[in-house]
Amino acid sequence: MSILEYNGGAIVAMVGKNCVAIGSDKRFGVQLMTVSTEFPKIFPATDKTFIGLPGLATDIRTLSERFRFKINMYKLSEEREIEPRTLAHLVSSTLYERRFGPYFVEPIIAGLDKDNQPFICGMDLIGCINFAKDFVVAGTTTDSLFGVCESLWEPDLEPEDLFETVSQSLLNAVDRDSLAGWGAVIHVVTPERVITRTLKTRMD
Amino acid sequence: MATTRLEQPKGGFNFDNYQRNVFLENKGIPVPKMTKTGTTIVGLIYKDGICLGADTRATAGPIVADKNCEKIHYLAPNMYCCGAGTAADTEFTTALISSQLELHRLTTGREARVATALMMLKQMLFRYQGHIGAALVLGGYDVTGPHLYTIHPHGSTDKLPYVTMGSGSLAAMAVFESKWRKDMERQEAIELVREAIESGIFNDLGSGSNVDVTVIEKDKVDVYRNYAKPNERGVKEQSYKFKRGTTAILKESIKDLVIITEGIEEMDIS
Amino acid sequence: MNPVILYNNDTSANVPVEAPVERQFYPYADNGGTSLGIAGADFCLLASDTRKSSGYSIHSRYSPKAFKLTEKAVLATNGFAADGLALTKSLCQKLEWYKHAHDKEMSTPALAQMLSNTLYYKRFFPYYTFNLLGGIDDQGRGIVYSFDPVGSMGTELCRAGGSSAALIQPFLDNQVGLKNQQGAQQTPLSLESAIRITKDAFTSATERDIYTGDYLEIFIIRQEGVTVERFDLKKD
Repeated sequence: MSILEYNGGAIVAMVGKNCVAIGSDKRFGVQLMTVSTEFPKIFPATDKTFIGLPGLATDIRTLSERFRFKINMYKLSEEREIEPRTLAHLVSSTLYERRFGPYFVEPIIAGLDKDNQPFICGMDLIGCINFAKDFVVAGTTTDSLFGVCESLWEPDLEPEDLFETVSQSLLNAVDRDSLAGWGAVIHVVTPERVITRTLKTRMD
Repeated sequence: MATTRLEQPKGGFNFDNYQRNVFLENKGIPVPKMTKTGTTIVGLIYKDGICLGADTRATAGPIVADKNCEKIHYLAPNMYCCGAGTAADTEFTTALISSQLELHRLTTGREARVATALMMLKQMLFRYQGHIGAALVLGGYDVTGPHLYTIHPHGSTDKLPYVTMGSGSLAAMAVFESKWRKDMERQEAIELVREAIESGIFNDLGSGSNVDVTVIEKDKVDVYRNYAKPNERGVKEQSYKFKRGTTAILKESIKDLVIITEGIEEMDIS
Repeated sequence: MNPVILYNNDTSANVPVEAPVERQFYPYADNGGTSLGIAGADFCLLASDTRKSSGYSIHSRYSPKAFKLTEKAVLATNGFAADGLALTKSLCQKLEWYKHAHDKEMSTPALAQMLSNTLYYKRFFPYYTFNLLGGIDDQGRGIVYSFDPVGSMGTELCRAGGSSAALIQPFLDNQVGLKNQQGAQQTPLSLESAIRITKDAFTSATERDIYTGDYLEIFIIRQEGVTVERFDLKKD
C-alpha cells in the first residue's frame, strides 16, 4: 500500500455557473482502523478560495500550516489577497522544491478569482498542476470519483444544483472506498456567500 | 532562525523529507505514482522552419488524470519544447530554462540560440543523472536557421530532421518514416505532424485526446492549441441533475461576503 | 606478451555453478476491459466493451468478451483473455453435455453454480478472470451473478467488473440502487432507462480509463431470448 493511502481520504472540486464547490470526507484512519471522524482536509486560503489536502495526515497538518504562513506573508507583502491561480503556483513550487523527498499530499485548489471567475485545479505530489475546466479529484477514492463525476457532472450548474452533484458524487464514491467516508463536508463558493454543509453519510 | 531559513529558500531542491521517505520505502511502502505523460511528441524540419506536435493526455497509471493538458512548452520567443515523462519534471525544467534564457537575452541583448537552450537543458539533466525524468523535443529558429533536437532524461541528445518521443514514439515514427520528405511545404508539414500524433493517439494507450501543433519560422511563431480534436465526447443519453434536497444535510453555515464596489459615486446635491 | 585479463567474461567455461539459476514464467496477463450487469424485473442487461490490450498496446479493437451461453444467460469475462476464452469453451461443452443428458437447457441459477464450481476446481491455478453472469431465472426475473477468480459468488442488482469497475460501480449504486438519495422512490427500472445508464457509464469510463474503449456490446436477456446491440466508443 502506498503511503498516500495510509490515512485515507477523498477530495473533489467542481465548477458550476459562477460558482465552485469543494468537498471532502472527514475520516482519519491508520490503514483500516478508523481513528477519528472529524479530521479536516479542506482549509480556507482566502474568503473565496479553499485548498484541499488529501494524503498522509502528518503532511496535511504540516502543509496546511506552511500554506497558512505563506498566504499570510503574501497578503502582508503584496497588500492584497492571493488569487487562486497564484496560490496554485505557490503550492506547486512548494511541492516541487521537494522533488526528491516529497510531501505525500495531492492538493486541490478551488475558488473564485478577483473577477469572480471559477478556478479549480489539482496537483500530484510533486506539484504538476492539472488545470481542469470541469472537476478535479484526489485521495484514495480517485478512481471511483473520476467515474462518478464524469457521469454526473454537467456544465453551468447553479450553486444549489452544484451542491447536489458534488455531494452525490462524493457520497457514492466514498461508500465504495474502505479508507474514506465517515462524514463529509462541502463548501460552495459563490460571489455573494460561502455555504458550508456537513452531510449525513453512512458511518461504516 | 529556523523558520527564516525554511521560508526563504536559496533555490534548488530541498531534501529535508528524503530520509523519512527512504525509511518508509525500506519498510516496504512503495513510492506513490507521479503524473506521467505517457505521451506522443514529435517534431520535424520543413522548408521554412520547425513544426512541433503533441497529444494532450496525462495519465496516472491506467487512469487519465488530465484530458487536455499542454505538452508544448514555451522556452523563448523563437523556441518551444515538447515534454514527455514525469509531468512535473518537464513542466519545471522547461520553466527554469525559459527563465534563464530570458535573462540570457537581456544580458546579451540578442535572441538566444537553440544550441544554447540545448546545452542548458542537457547539462541540467546530466547533472541530475536521470533522476529528473524529462524527455524533450526541442525546436527553434535562430540566427543560424532552424534546429530540432531530442533530449533524453540522462542528458544525451540527437539532432535529426524528424523526431518522435514518448510512449507513442514508434507509432508516430512509422508515419514519419513512410511520409517525411525534405523541404516540405508548411501546410504539408502541419498535416504530417497531425497524422503522426493521431497515430500515437489511436494506437498508443498512453496518448490520447487532442493534437497540439506549434509552428516556428523565422521571426514568426504560430501556436495551434487543439489543432485537431479527433476525440470529442458525444452527448450523454440523459441529464443526471438531482432534485434539490436530495442530499441529506446535518449542519449548514453560511458566510455572507461583503461586496466592495470601487468607483466614484456622484454626490447627491439635491 | 599476453594481455592481463581482469575479468573472465567467458561464462560457458567449465566453472561449477554455485547456485541454481532460477527462471521465471508468469502465466497470466491483464487484458483490460470492462463489463457491467443490471438486473431488471423481467430482463437482464449485460454489457462489455470490446477492447483487448496489454501495457500500452491495443491488441484488438473488436474482441468480444461477453458470450451467450444459453437462451437465458450471458457470461462476461474480464481479466486474462486467454483464460476467459478457455473458461467459456469449457462451460459451453459442459452445457452441451447437460443438454444431451437431461434433454433441456440448464437454468441460469444452475449455470451460476456450475461456473462457481468450475472456478473453484482450479483453486490453486485459477482462471484469472472476473466473471459476470447475467440472465433470467426460473421465475422469469432478471438476475446478475458476480464471481471472483476462484469461484466466490454473489447475486446483485447491478454490478460492474473489470478495469473500470471502480469507476462505474458507484455510479450504478447511485442511479440504479438509488443510494444516498433522500426521497427517491424505487420505481421498477425500465429497459430503456437501463440502456441509457449503461451507455453513459461506458462513455464516462472510456474518458478516464485507458483500457476501456472502441466498441460497446449490450446483451439484453429476456424471456423470449437474447438480443445484442452494438455502439461506438472512443478509440483513443
